[in-house]
Amino acid sequence: MIRTVASALGALFASSLLAVSAQAADLTIGLSTPITSLDPHFHQLTPNISLARHVFETLIETDENQRPKPGLAESWKSLSDLEWELKLRKGVKWHNGQEFTADDVIATIKRVPNVPNSPASYAFFVRPIVDIQAVDKYTLRLKTAKPHPLLPNDLSAVMMIPKSVAETAKTEDFNSGKAMIGTGPFRYVEYVPGDRVIMKRNDTYWGAKPAWDNVRFKMIPSAPARVAALLAGDVQLIEAVPTADIANLKKDKRVSLSSAVSNRIIYLHMDSDREKNSPFVTTADGKPMEANPLRDPRVRKAISKMIDRDTIIARIMEGQGVAAGQLLPETFFGTSKTLKPEKYDPEGAKKLLAEAGYPNGFGITLHAPNNRYINDAAVAQAVAQFMSRNGIATKLETMPSNVFFSRGSKLEFSLLLAGWGAETGETSSPLRSLLATFDKEQGLGAANRGRFSDAGVDAVLSQAMTTIDDTKRGILLARAAEKAVGELTGIVPLHYEVSTWATRAGITYKARSDQYTFAYEVRPTK
Amino acid sequence: MMVFVLRRLAQTALVLAITSLLVFGGLYLIGDPVEILVNPAADQIEKDRASKALGLDKPIHEQYLGFVTGALSGDLGNSFVYNRPALEVISERMPATLELAFLAMVIAVTLGVPLGLYAGLRPDSPVSKAIMAGSILGFSLPTFWVGLILIMVFAVQLGWLPSTGRGPTTEFLGLQLSIFNVEGLRYALLPAINLALFKLSLIIRLTRAQVREQSLLDYIRFARAKGLANRRVIGVHLLKNIMIPLVTVIGLELGSVIAFAVVTETIFAWPGMGKLVIDSIFQLDRPVVVAYLLVVVFMFIMINLVVDLLYSTLDPRVRLSELHG
Repeated sequence: MIRTVASALGALFASSLLAVSAQAADLTIGLSTPITSLDPHFHQLTPNISLARHVFETLIETDENQRPKPGLAESWKSLSDLEWELKLRKGVKWHNGQEFTADDVIATIKRVPNVPNSPASYAFFVRPIVDIQAVDKYTLRLKTAKPHPLLPNDLSAVMMIPKSVAETAKTEDFNSGKAMIGTGPFRYVEYVPGDRVIMKRNDTYWGAKPAWDNVRFKMIPSAPARVAALLAGDVQLIEAVPTADIANLKKDKRVSLSSAVSNRIIYLHMDSDREKNSPFVTTADGKPMEANPLRDPRVRKAISKMIDRDTIIARIMEGQGVAAGQLLPETFFGTSKTLKPEKYDPEGAKKLLAEAGYPNGFGITLHAPNNRYINDAAVAQAVAQFMSRNGIATKLETMPSNVFFSRGSKLEFSLLLAGWGAETGETSSPLRSLLATFDKEQGLGAANRGRFSDAGVDAVLSQAMTTIDDTKRGILLARAAEKAVGELTGIVPLHYEVSTWATRAGITYKARSDQYTFAYEVRPTK
Repeated sequence: MMVFVLRRLAQTALVLAITSLLVFGGLYLIGDPVEILVNPAADQIEKDRASKALGLDKPIHEQYLGFVTGALSGDLGNSFVYNRPALEVISERMPATLELAFLAMVIAVTLGVPLGLYAGLRPDSPVSKAIMAGSILGFSLPTFWVGLILIMVFAVQLGWLPSTGRGPTTEFLGLQLSIFNVEGLRYALLPAINLALFKLSLIIRLTRAQVREQSLLDYIRFARAKGLANRRVIGVHLLKNIMIPLVTVIGLELGSVIAFAVVTETIFAWPGMGKLVIDSIFQLDRPVVVAYLLVVVFMFIMINLVVDLLYSTLDPRVRLSELHG
């Protein structure tokens, strides 16, 4: 009995030695969040998109700063304010050997808004398209009802599938692998929900060949376990490196780190709408207060001056953040060159509060999620302490994001901390959702949980949204941001999150602002 | 006995109905799933569409009625997130959790009972003291910490075992299981040990206490006075009598190890049900949460039933009709 146990243990350890000598062209990646579906049009969620992009491609792609670049479409141009023409890449083959043509694009765009039971569909990206025609096999004409300058950005979110699949496949056909036919650099091999996805190289790929024969994506949601898996060599690349481990990993010769500022801003939203009885506003000693000081832009500016962003980034974010003065980092499209992060200025804040008629401050509760953003609860705590120290007695209440966002959207808070990732990679995304006047029909201000509203901002924004010319639109967007954030402090920008990847030595990954982890951009250094 | 089982089953139905009502109402109070599921940039048109697609636009009592109607015909609804039947989503992950729980309980029982026996029979030996001290550690160290230490030592430092994940599976009794091949067992070993540690300590301490108590009773002295071999005294008379409380505890612990292995599953990225249900709660994926809790409640009731039936086998004095459920 003892001998059999011993030999079984011996076998266990011996096979671990064998595993070390695996092939060099295999890559294992540790993902931070499990995917929910392989259907590229079912559930719009960062991990789903990141994974599906290995198999499926978009007409227009984006570079690491999210500027559009050619994908399955070689070029695109606007013919008039309402009409666009796309030239498709020739000679691209689907994984089943058929040729990629304009018909596939039309069928895909038809399927996108019609995926049954989708909890978060991609319909938003194709809704502006009212008509789509194939001029020939490789040329498409798209019409929109209104001028829609973001069409290239929207198309960069829509993954192409073959016509035969688009017309018949259901979501479960993708999850079973049957419908996993794309044009991308990898072919689907296996998916075990909650555990792993396995892919192999597509040797007939039209673009640059990836460096890896086989790629295995392991889902390791626990951050310390993900780091341990990297240190143990079970995975060669991990995403979402926890801030607490970064200092140690930097010293470790077995790994290297790469990071990039992301398109996600962490900000404070203030109830700037209710004239009186904002739910969590009190006097400085906690008695009910009728007036709503947050309506006054000077008070909002004062809050911004009370927060020492550099300290929060250095101490709480362990350097994994960049102080924010507007809605997106300056490298992105439509950002302002003049908006800079607000300096920590307690004296200036006091003066502004006094000018606004609150020399003794007031009381408020800050609400924040505690499982959504990097170190969100700790950041909120620091913000509340800075505010309390500088004249606004601030209580803090954190909660899981499933409770937080429901309550926030019902306008139950006076002051909240949240984050916004600009998926389009330009300033109109946060402007339209966070700062435009709430308008249900037009879909504006969808996440404007402070109900900020300014006619001037709305006017510049709506002009920008119908300006096809990129240069002019960029200037308009920057101007809207300067007014909404700089002048009126519709939100208080705190910081942009930095996303970090860690690889084993000998492998590099070029960090991206959109937080996607792409195996085809992982390269051996030799 | 038949009456006893039937009465238990009737009670089960009642408990399941109450559970479903509580979970349904509880999740409704937490928040609106649409707020979590849709893209933050989505406008009201998209939110309304999602709400309608998931049947969340109806009033809550209609939603519950729809659920009950479906449940009576065995359909617990489709997951919001996965768009598949909730029961299917759960049963797909169940083998992973079951095999881990099974392995952990095997480790806990095969080590725990002998060690506890030894410590109980020789309470003053240094080995017994070491066992008891170790069991205190097993009790008090938090699972997530022990799990990380196991990974750091055996996977990162020594490199003997893989750090996370589940190994290749083979088919066994129609289930895809990984613990019946060497490679799969390598993956399962660390999480199983982590999961077993607490139960092991519990079983050691319980066995020891029982042995100490029973050893002083008359029937043991009588058996010894009769000149029975030590092995027979312990193996037959003593063991049989300490088994009754042990079986109860092991049964309950088996249930909890299956239902609440979430910490271990998360740390070792083990694709089981525990992780699934936590994710589902965060995403307010109501059908999965409701189905999961119904399955768990059902499982607990069944384990208890089996434990009660075992009682009467182990101790002929216990009559089932006297156990009022």
